[in-house]
Amino acid sequence: MHSFGHRANAVATFAVTILAAMCFAASFSDHFNSPSPTASVKILNINWFQKEANGNDEVSMTLNISADLSSLFTWNTKQVFVFVAAEYETPQNALNQVSLWDGIIPSKEHAKFLIHTTNKYRFIDQGSNLKGKDFNLTMHWHIMPKTGKMFADKIVMTGYRLPEQYR
Amino acid sequence: MGFIGDTIESIRSMQVRQVLAQIISLGMIVTSALIIWKGLIVVTGSESPVVVVLSGSMEPGFKRGDILFLHMSKDPIRTGEIVVFNVDGREIPIVHRVIKVHERQESAEVDILTKGDNNFGDDRLLYAHGQLWLQQHHIMGRAVGFLPYVGWVTIIMTEKPIIKYLLIGALGLLVITSKE
Repeated sequence: MHSFGHRANAVATFAVTILAAMCFAASFSDHFNSPSPTASVKILNINWFQKEANGNDEVSMTLNISADLSSLFTWNTKQVFVFVAAEYETPQNALNQVSLWDGIIPSKEHAKFLIHTTNKYRFIDQGSNLKGKDFNLTMHWHIMPKTGKMFADKIVMTGYRLPEQYR
Repeated sequence: MGFIGDTIESIRSMQVRQVLAQIISLGMIVTSALIIWKGLIVVTGSESPVVVVLSGSMEPGFKRGDILFLHMSKDPIRTGEIVVFNVDGREIPIVHRVIKVHERQESAEVDILTKGDNNFGDDRLLYAHGQLWLQQHHIMGRAVGFLPYVGWVTIIMTEKPIIKYLLIGALGLLVITSKE
């Protein structure tokens, strides 16, 4: 009962238990954070808008993305993955979600930003349904903790519309 | 006669109860681990509820050696979610983020495109030849939480089998020689 091996085993087991409890407590403490992020996305320009050879519509646009996501950060936050997606409906698809831009915010100091960019991923429809199409832009964030449970949420922004004609 | 008698006496003198207790105890440990794993599979709805990150394609969010906890529910897949999927012809599942979703009107069919955060392009090069989209049946689960560093044990044992056998041998020896 009092051999070295038994004592080492007891200490190691207790250490792992404490470590697991600390991880759980760190992750659980994130539940008490009430974030209040703000975001705004403007479409400054439709750079080009064409039907591809395979029949799908594609759009390239310039976005002005500003957001303040500082309130998402807690002491257990490693990074926040943020992205802007276009959402719309077509006769064929009940839901289309296309990511246009994404970024990784490594710390609270970088969480308030304004970015002027073209869409990072190609905005391609499954079909030829984009002329005059109304769509929403949603800014999503995924909070990656140092350990434990991941959280995600989004802000939906409405009122965007694509041109009636190709250009 | 003396030799045979000595051998029989030696066998009879073994602590039968102690050996049986040890065997049962070992069996309990193994079956407990199996029960926990199968229970996790049932609770999470995913055939592989815990996976180890093997590559750096999702850095800096996930690094090699992190353990991911998965969950597979009826909720539809949406952009931004980190999903684990199987590709036909590949043994090891891949953990990447969804960047495009197209969901049909009539059926529950869904087309999904994924990308690793640390990769330059999307995953079409990883999919089976000619495959442009993932469907629901390729998805094994979505990541809901993770622990850093814990998976290194698995990686080391997979990449250096000699260490695995040494470890198993040492544990076996420990069990055999322990007096309790």
